[in-house]
Amino acid sequence: MQPMRAKIMSLFLLGLIRILTGSQARWHGCPPKAEQRIYFANHQSHADLVMIWAALPKELRSMTRAIAAKDYWTKTPFKQWLTTAVFNVIYVSRDRSSDEDPLEPLFEALDNGDSIILFPEGTRGFTGEPQPFKAGLYNLALKFPNVVLVPAWINNVQHVLPKGEVVPVPVLCSVTFGTPMQLGEGEDRRAFLERARAAVVALRDV
Amino acid sequence: MFQMYYYLRDLSPTQQIGMLFVIVFGVLLLASVGAFLLSVREHADEARADFWRKELKSLDAMLRTSWLMVFVFWIGWALGDWVALTLFALVSFFALREFLTLSPTRLGDHRSLVLAFFAVLPVQYALVGGGYFDMFAVFIPVYVFLALPLASALANDPMRFLERSAKLQWGIMVCIYGMSHVPAILMLKFPGYEGRNAFMVFFLVAVVQVCMVTQHIAAQRMRRKPIAPAISQSFNWDSWGLGVLVGSLFGALLAGITPWVPGTAFAAAFIACSAGGLGHFVMKALKRDRGIPNWGAEGQSVTGAGGLLDRVDGLCFAAPVFFHSARWYFGV
Repeated sequence: MQPMRAKIMSLFLLGLIRILTGSQARWHGCPPKAEQRIYFANHQSHADLVMIWAALPKELRSMTRAIAAKDYWTKTPFKQWLTTAVFNVIYVSRDRSSDEDPLEPLFEALDNGDSIILFPEGTRGFTGEPQPFKAGLYNLALKFPNVVLVPAWINNVQHVLPKGEVVPVPVLCSVTFGTPMQLGEGEDRRAFLERARAAVVALRDV
Repeated sequence: MFQMYYYLRDLSPTQQIGMLFVIVFGVLLLASVGAFLLSVREHADEARADFWRKELKSLDAMLRTSWLMVFVFWIGWALGDWVALTLFALVSFFALREFLTLSPTRLGDHRSLVLAFFAVLPVQYALVGGGYFDMFAVFIPVYVFLALPLASALANDPMRFLERSAKLQWGIMVCIYGMSHVPAILMLKFPGYEGRNAFMVFFLVAVVQVCMVTQHIAAQRMRRKPIAPAISQSFNWDSWGLGVLVGSLFGALLAGITPWVPGTAFAAAFIACSAGGLGHFVMKALKRDRGIPNWGAEGQSVTGAGGLLDRVDGLCFAAPVFFHSARWYFGV
C-alpha cells in the first residue's frame, strides 16, 4: 500500500500527463493482461518512464516496475522519493565499477513475479531512430523463458520535454504495444537483439 | 400557437433559457432513442444491414458531439460566465494540442509553444472575461504574432523558420483566437437584451452545426463534382450553398431568441454559416498537407487525437466573423 503522499503524487502525475499528452495506450497484438511481462521500448526522453507507466491500466501499473538509471534518479532526495515511492522502479547502475552483475536487481524482481519495463537502448537517443539494443534483454529472455516479451513504441514524448527544458508542452503522445515475441531456440544474441529492435521500430507505423 | 408564443415571450430570460435547454435536451433524447431503436432493428440482407451500420455510426458520432456541446453550454450557463469561459479555454487548449501534434514542430520552437499554451491562451481568455474588446481583437494578430517568432528566433535554429512560424501562428489563430470569440459573445452588451447572451451563443453554434450537418449530408447524397478534388472529395458549391441556406433559414426561425427580426437573423446566420463552411474547407486543405484525413480519425491516428478539431473548426472560423458583424450592427 502506498503512503498518502505518494498516492496523491501519482494521481497528480497521472492527471498532468493526461492533460499534456492524452497518454493513449494502443494495444496492437496483445491485450493488457495480468501476466508476467517484460515491456521493452524506445527511449528518447526521461518522460518515457512516466509515459509508459501512465499508459498502462491501473491494475497492471502496480505490478509493473520500470528500470531506471541509479546515478540519475537518485541524484536528489526528491528524484529518489519519486522513483521509489511513486513509481517503485528498479535501479540499475550504469557504471561497471562494482563486481555485481548489473542485471542482478532485475533478476530479483522477475523472481518476485513483477513485470518490468526496459529501455534496451540503455541511454536516450536523439536521432529518432533507436540505437542498437544492449544485451540485457537477451540475458533476461534467456534466464526467464516463461516471461512474455512485449515490444512497445513510445511516440512523440521527446517533443513534450526536450533536453534542457523545464516547462513541458502539450503534445499528444501514445504508447503502442505490439505482438509478444520469444527467444528462438539457440537463437544468436545479435540476431535476437536485432529482431527485437525491428519489432519496436515496426510499431512506429501501425 | 400565438398564445404559446406570448407565454414564452413573457417568461423571464432565465426561464426562457431554461426552457430552451429542456427543448434541446428533449430533441436530443428523442434522436438518441430513435438511433438506438434503428440500431437494434433486424435487416433482411447483409448489404442493407451493413449500409445502416455505417449510417448509424456517423449519426452516433454526430449525436455524441451534440450531447457534449449542449452539456457544456448547460454547465456554462448554470454556473456563470467564468465557468463557460474556462470550458471554452479548455476546448481551445485541446484543439491546439491536436493541431500542433499533427503539425510537428522542431525543438527550437519549444519556448514559443510554452508561451502559446501557457501565456497566450490564458491571457486571451482573460481579456474576453474582462471585456477588453479592443485589446482582445488585436492581442494575437499584433502582439503575439510579433513576439512568438522572436522566441523561436532566439532558439538559434533557422531550419524552415518561416514554415514553423506559420504553423504556430495558424494554430493560434484558429484554435485560440477563433474559439475565444464564441464566449466573447457572452460579454457583449446588446441594447435591451440583458441576461440573454447565452441565446446568442446558442444561436451561433446551432446555425453553424445545422449548416455543417446539412452540407455533409447533401455532399453525400447529391454526389456533385468536387471543386478541388485534391483537397476534398466532397466539397462543392451546391452542397455548400444548400448547407448555408438551410443554416440561415434555421437562423431566421430562431430569430425569437435573438435581438433581431427574422430577416436580420437570416443575414447574421448567413454570414456565420458561409464562414464556417469555407473554414472547414480550408482546414481540410491543412489536413491534406499533413497527409491525414482527419485530425483524429479513430483507429487511424498515431497520436490518439480525439478529433475535437474536426468538429469545432467550422465554429472557429464562424465565430470571429459573427462576433464582429454583431458588434458592428449594434455599435457596441
